[in-house]
Parts: sequence; structure tokens; C-alpha cells
Amino acid sequence: MIQAVMVISTQAKPRLLKFYNFQPPEKHQDLVRGVFQLLSARPDSVSNFVEVDAIFGPGTKMVYKHLATLYFVFVFDSSENELAMLDLVQVFVETLDRCFKNVCELDIVFNFNKLHTILDEMILGGQVIETSSEQIMKSVEEIARLEKQSSTTSLIPKSISERFSR
Amino acid sequence: MDLAINPFSSWHPLRDMIRSIRACKTAAEERAVVRRECAAIRAAISEGDQDYRHRNMAKLMFIHMLGYPTHFGQMECLKLIAAAGFPEKRIGYLGLMLLLDERQEVLMLVTNSLKQDLNHSNQFIVGLALCALGNICSAEMARDLAPEVERLLQNRDPNTKKKAALCSIRIVRKVPDLAENFMGAAASLLKEKHHGVLISAVQLCTELCKASTEALEYLRKNSLEGLVRILRDVSNSSYAPEYDVAGITDPFLHIRVLKLMRTLSQGDADCSEYINDILAQVATKTESNKNAGNAILYECVETIMGIEATSGLRVLAINILGRFLSNRDNNIRYVALNMLMKAIAVDTQAVQRHRATILECVKDADVSIRKRALELVYLLVNDTNVKPLTKELVDYLEVSDQDFKDDLTAKICSIVEKFSQDKLWYLDQMFRVLSLAGNHVKDDVWHALIVLISNASELQGYSVRSLYKALQACGEQESLVRVAVWCIGEYGEMLVNNVSMLDIEEPITVTESDAVDAVEVYLKRYSADVTTRAMCLVSLLKLSSRFPPTSERIKEIVAQNKGNTVLELQQRSIEFSSIIQRHQSIKSSLLERMPVLDEANYLVKRAASMQATVSSVKSAPAVTPGGQLKLPNGVAKPPAAPLADLLDLSSDDTPVTTSAPTTAPNDFLQDLLGIGLIDSSPAGGAPSTSTDILMDLLSIGSTPVQNGPPTSNFIPPGIAETKPVPVTPQVVDLLDGLSSSTSLPDGNAAYPTITAFQSATLRITFSFKKQPGKPQETTINATFTNLATTTFTDFVFQAAVPKFIQLRLDPASSSTLPASGNGSVTQSLSVTNNQHGQKPLAMRIRMSYKVNGEDRLEQGQVSNFPAGL
Repeated sequence: MIQAVMVISTQAKPRLLKFYNFQPPEKHQDLVRGVFQLLSARPDSVSNFVEVDAIFGPGTKMVYKHLATLYFVFVFDSSENELAMLDLVQVFVETLDRCFKNVCELDIVFNFNKLHTILDEMILGGQVIETSSEQIMKSVEEIARLEKQSSTTSLIPKSISERFSR
Repeated sequence: MDLAINPFSSWHPLRDMIRSIRACKTAAEERAVVRRECAAIRAAISEGDQDYRHRNMAKLMFIHMLGYPTHFGQMECLKLIAAAGFPEKRIGYLGLMLLLDERQEVLMLVTNSLKQDLNHSNQFIVGLALCALGNICSAEMARDLAPEVERLLQNRDPNTKKKAALCSIRIVRKVPDLAENFMGAAASLLKEKHHGVLISAVQLCTELCKASTEALEYLRKNSLEGLVRILRDVSNSSYAPEYDVAGITDPFLHIRVLKLMRTLSQGDADCSEYINDILAQVATKTESNKNAGNAILYECVETIMGIEATSGLRVLAINILGRFLSNRDNNIRYVALNMLMKAIAVDTQAVQRHRATILECVKDADVSIRKRALELVYLLVNDTNVKPLTKELVDYLEVSDQDFKDDLTAKICSIVEKFSQDKLWYLDQMFRVLSLAGNHVKDDVWHALIVLISNASELQGYSVRSLYKALQACGEQESLVRVAVWCIGEYGEMLVNNVSMLDIEEPITVTESDAVDAVEVYLKRYSADVTTRAMCLVSLLKLSSRFPPTSERIKEIVAQNKGNTVLELQQRSIEFSSIIQRHQSIKSSLLERMPVLDEANYLVKRAASMQATVSSVKSAPAVTPGGQLKLPNGVAKPPAAPLADLLDLSSDDTPVTTSAPTTAPNDFLQDLLGIGLIDSSPAGGAPSTSTDILMDLLSIGSTPVQNGPPTSNFIPPGIAETKPVPVTPQVVDLLDGLSSSTSLPDGNAAYPTITAFQSATLRITFSFKKQPGKPQETTINATFTNLATTTFTDFVFQAAVPKFIQLRLDPASSSTLPASGNGSVTQSLSVTNNQHGQKPLAMRIRMSYKVNGEDRLEQGQVSNFPAGL
């Protein structure tokens, strides 16, 4: 089972946190810090798997991808296939890319709840629900359309019109 | 970006809040912004604001992600869920999943809304509800809502179906009893075409198998055929762009199906046989040049390992892992190592074939891979391959990362100790490890090494020379220094004289002062820790006796430390100086080589302390000093007979009935103290050297000598933690006292007869005679009198004396003691006091006899010898 999905910036800021095993909110930041410390110590050339028994309990591993200024981290237990998890990270990133057209950190910062929508279409209760980014996008777009219809104030802007300095 | 923060910012869109938080330069600023936002949101909540409720919740979720408390928003989620509009519901459910957890009572309030939404006509709203339920459902909710979810499994819409299937997993996890309700629906879902539904259905089946054996049996009968068909379809199907990952059709489905097959076929020969062919097909046909293909192969191998596969299939699987191992992709190698760990239980031989490759992985640049590989190598070591494997590992130790050396050293030491076949090999490996990573070697490992050297008398010379050489090359390794310094102190003369050379050795020339130099360097080195320096001091002290010409120099070195700020070192220096200066006569015997350390005893203790927690291992040294302290205290109380107290054999379990001086290796007490237990028979083997036992004990600091129960922890000799120091001054005083109090007696003086022993049944008196001109020699005439009313038979008198005294027992006049004092038995003892004038006589005696055929034993000590003997 997948235990957590995290997106952390290279500045150690959490950009997306989703736990499928309950973690008390006051622990979240510690987890982010612990994961980031492991990640930042790893050079690019090494494998994408890290054992995280110390952070998430016995038998847990995480797989990560480092893309531009972001780390995409999936934490899972021994019942999952490591290589498949790596592919799943890829699916997630591809879906984001489709959704935001060349996704960058700012898209993710300002649309964090759209990320949740995407994630909920992909993983449910720690299990993979859909692995086709096209199918995921279909559902997400449908949800966005529904929101627009019934509300004047859209919470999920399609794209960011302005760019801000960081 | 300079944004004016409006205190009523709940009217600001979410994006403005994110922007202003991002604009903060310090954490304090960020906190201030968040505080203002939270205040505004609370105000809005208490006003019952509806228009911006979902916007506020979205903000709150962002704040939550940053790690600020947001519990005050929980009730708002429930209100949003209950609202009619889609955006409200969406944010409400999102908030529900993020801000609440299943343990909260509030969650119960949402059950009703969920029930309504599960029956909603809009499939997206149903989807939201399923998603929330699948993520946070509690056992009670599971019971309440299971019928709705069950019904949704038959929904027309694939999106709803797959979500309902995964939601069922959560329900079954919470309430395993419900598994049977779902198994029929789950099996029929496997006939679907939609991949998302199939993945979810397969996962649901896997979960059902775990939850209930009934479901497992049912699915074995009803789903296996379908699974094989799915697997065949996906692996044969032509290009399906939707589910394509790197040219492979839906690897996720592959993997899930393989996993379910494993669950179903585990321990079931029929099922295993049924899926044999399809597994072989997947294992051979899947392309392995992409990650996705390898993921499938990896899962396939795991399934083959997990079921009752044919041997041909197993070989295929191991070969796949072999290919993985030689892959250049780190990830692939990592999973291969992982899988080999599991495979080792199935087929050790097959894994052994990849040993060389695995060994290479130990040297990988990647920590994850290194750790895995090291674990694996550790499992692969056996008696036949231990030597080459150890060599490889030790070689690698030289170049490995600092971080990795801890793990590596621990594993090497463990391997070497576990598989060592001959001592020389063990020593060689340990010396190399100490030289390369002495700073990473755990204490118990080098303690064990010292014990071993102490026991291997034929290798002591080799050890000290090897260590000396190693010390010249790698002196910065702390535990190497300790072991080397200890050995130089103990076996210094073997170093200088090249004693007991092995064939493989090249002779080295080390002068006495070289040896002293070597130790002195580490005593003076700034970075050396207290333990090491204390060991250096002991070593130097010992060398001063081994190499008399260097004694002056050592005296100076030791004296330099008299002012050391570390109390331990200061005390040692002062004591040792005093030994060198004022107790020349006893020094040589005092500084004799350590007795052989009891190996078996140490191993037992080590095993016991390994089982205990780390903290107790650390506290172990603290326990021992307590035990040590007892001994000198006991000595100090009756100053008249310090030695007799030390010789208190009765507190030890050592049998004393031996008729000749015992040399049994574990009989260290007697050995150490050099006691000859002398029977009526002529005691030819009585020890001859004189010694000061007390000092010897203290400088060595070895626990075997202590009088307490032999369960105390072992401490290698000469280690600072043993703290002999606080008591030593007493002893020095004691010695001074002794030497001053022994006034030189007149050789011809008559000595009074004393009562050496008196009990209710037995009295022993000693009378003394001295030959003129031989002040050291005394003839003692012992008279035994039976005070009891029964006759003693088989009467045997034994006596023990300290090392500096020689004792000869003549045969007794009779072995039968008549009752009630009617006659007595006499026996004469010849005593030679080699330290006549310095030390008084001391003796410990033991009498055994039979009363009406029953064994009796009495013992005591004689401390009232007249002065001048």
C-alpha cells in the first residue's frame, strides 16, 4: 500500500502532502524534514529508492524523482513493487505536465488543490486506481467544468496568468 | 511583490494569500501572515459566512500543509459537504480527508451526508464521496455504508466502479467480516474490459484473500482462469496508447495480476501448476530494456519464488535476477538485491553463483545498494568462501565512505568471528580491520581480540610485532592503538627479541627504546582519549620492568603526567611513579604478564551483554569498579593480614582439594596469586617468585581476581574504566605501613607459641624454630587437638601461602585424631619467607577429616604470627 505522497521543493518547503495512513498533523513537518534530509544527501546518479524505516516505520521505502526544483516522493510498504512505484511517479508527473502544460513549481504552489484532485483520481486509500494519465485528465477536466458551471468563483484556475518573482 | 495585507483578507482569493505568504522573508513574517489569515477565517466562521466558506477552507488547507493548526475548520468541512453545490462539496470532501482523521468523533456526523452522496445522481459527486470514504472510513462507517458501496460495484460507470472497488478494500480492512459480501462482485469485476476497473478489481481480490480464507478458496475456484486470460491479453495485445508506459501495455495491471496470482497459488500445487505456463511466457517475452518491463519481470520473479513453481521456472527466475544484477541502472540492481534476499531462502546455491556480482555491489556508489548488498553478502558467507569474501570486504574497507565504514566494519568483524577457522587468520583479519577502520570497531570486538591473544601463547609474539608494524603505519585508529599498546606492554620482550617467529614473518629490529617511543607517542598525542592514554601509562609501567635500561626514561614520562588535568591519568601517574621509585623490590613481580584471560567466560558474558540494551553495555564498566572496590577495602580493614584476606579462597568456587599447585587454565585465582596449595606430600612445585599481589592486581585491573561472585562483567586489562585508582593510594599506604612496621628481628630470638586456629571441635597451635644464620627459614611445629567427643579419621591439613613464601609440609604423625583431646597429632611445616623483614608471614589453612564416616571441612587464616618471621 502507498502510505504517503509528498511533493517537496528543493528549499525544503512542502508543496503537496497526502498521507494514506493517518499521521497526526503536528508530525507532518517532522516527516517532511526527515524525508528532505535523506533526499538532499543523495546525488543524482544513485538509485531512486531509499529505505525509510526510521521515518515511516519498519519495511517502508520511498521512491522519488527529482525534477527541476521539486522532489516527487512516494512512500510505500513492502507489498508494492518498487519499479512499478517509480513508473507511478512518472505517471503522476506526466499528468501534471498535461494539466499545466510544462509544469513548474509555481503551478503547483498556486494550484495545490488541483493536485489533490489529480491525486485522488490516481490513488485511493493507498491503492492505485488509474494509471492512464489520459483517463485521469478526463476526470479532472470534468470536475473542473462542473465547478465552473455551478460557481462563479473558480478555485482551479486553468493557468496562471501572472508570474511572480519568488 | 509588496502586498498590503488586509486584515479582512477572507475576501481575498486564495491566490493572494499564497502570494503574500510567499513574499515573506522570514519565518516570523510568515507566522504573522498566517495568524492574520487564520483570525480572519475564524471571524468568518463565527459569522456563519456562507459565500466564502469554501474559499476559506481552501486557504485553511494550504495553511495546514505549512504545518499550522487548523482544527477550528473541521466543522466547516461538514457544512460544506452538506451543501448542495459541487464546488462546495468538492472542497468539503478534500478538507475532510486532509484535516480530519478517522479517530475523531466529528466523523460520525458525516455518515449521513456520505450516504446521501453515494446515492446521488451525479456520478462525480458519488466519486467524491467514494474517494473520501476510501481514504478515511472508520469501522462504524464501514458497517453503515457497505451496502451502498456494494451496490455501486455494479454501477454502469467505470469510474464509479473502480472507486467503489477500492473503497471496498478500505471497508474490508476495517471490518474483515464483510469480505464474504464482496467476493462475488469482485470476481465478476474481473470480466470487465476497462483497465482501471480491472486494476481495482484485482487489488480488491488480493485484499479479500488476505481478509478471509473463505474468499481465498472462492477466488481460487472462480478467478484464476480470468486472471490468466487478462495476463495473456495484456501481454499479447497490440499497442494500446492509453495504458502504454514506455512501450509496454499497462505494466500496472500486469503487476497486480501477478501479485494476485501469487496470493492465490501460495502453498497450492494445483493453482501453481495452472499458472506455470503463463508465468513462463511473461518471464521470457517481456522486454527488459525499459523500467516498466523490468517492473513486470521483477514481480514475475517474486511470484515464481512465492509459489510451488517447477524447478525450470525457478532457474528462469534466478537468471532474470542475474541479468538485473549486471544492469547498469541502479534501480534495477537495487531491486535485484532485494529479491535475492528473498531467493536465498528458496535456493541458496543459485544465489551463490552471483556472489561476485553481489560483492561488486557492496562497492557501489549508492548507499541503498551498498547496504542491500552487504546484507546479502553477510547471508552468503559460509565456511568455504569466508576467506576470499572477507579479503574482498577488508580490501574495500580501505576505500569505502566514512559513513559506510561503521556498517562494513561491524559486518566484517561479525563474519570473522563467526567463521574463523584458525587463530592466525582471525588475527590477521582483525589487525587489518583495526588498521583500516579502528575508529569504527566496537569495544566488545577489540576486547575479544585481546582475550584471544592472551590465550594464543604461540601467536603472542607474532601479534605484538604485527601490531607494532601496524601502529607505525596507521596510528590514528584508536582501537588499533589500544590493542597495540596493551600487547607491547604485555609482550614487549617478544617484540624486541623476535620471540616465537612464524615462518611467514620477516624479522624486524625494534630496540627497547623504540618500543617505549611507540607507546609514548600515544600517551602524549593530543587527540588520544583518556582510555587510550591510561592504557599507555599501564603499558609504560610494564615496560619499565621488562626493559630495565629504559626505566629512568619511563619514570620521567610517567612523572610528566602527574599534573594531568584528567583525574584518572593524574592518579595513575602518581601511583605508578611511586611504584617505580619506592617499590623496586616488588616491581618485577608486580608487573608480570597478565594471566591468561578466560575465553569461554568472556564469550558468555559478551553474549549476555549483547542481548542487553546498548545502555546497559555502556554501563557495564561502571558495575565492575564496584566489584573491584570491594577487594581493596577488604584488604584495608585488617591491615595485619592483607594477604590472607586476598587469599580468601572460601569465597570462590574453586576446588581447593588439589594436592599440587594447580595450573588449570581457568583456575586463575590461584594462578594469579601464585598460591601453592600444599598437601602432606612434599610440595616440590611451590612457586618461588616473590610478588606483591595487591599491586599486581591493581595495575592489571582484571576482574577475575575479585572476590565477588564471578558473574561480573569482563573488562579487559589495563582499561581506565576499571578505576583501580581510587583505592590504590590506600594500598600504597598499606605497603608503606607494612615495610615500616616490620622491624628487623633477631634471628635467634625465641618466638612464642600461638594458637593458630580454634573452633568448637579443633585446636591448632604453632610453635616456631629458626636455624641460626637463616633468618628467612622457619620451622613450624603444628599440633592438632581434637576437642570433640568423637574421633576424627582421615585428617588432612592443608596450607596456602602467598607467592613470596615457600612452604614445605612434612607428613603428619598420624591421620587419626583421638577424641576429647586424648592425644594429638603433630606435623612440621618449613616456611621460607623470601621477603623476610619486609613482609610478615601469612597463611591460609584448611582441615578436612571424617567424623563417623561423614566429611567435615574447616578452614581459617593465620594472621597472628609473631613479628620477625
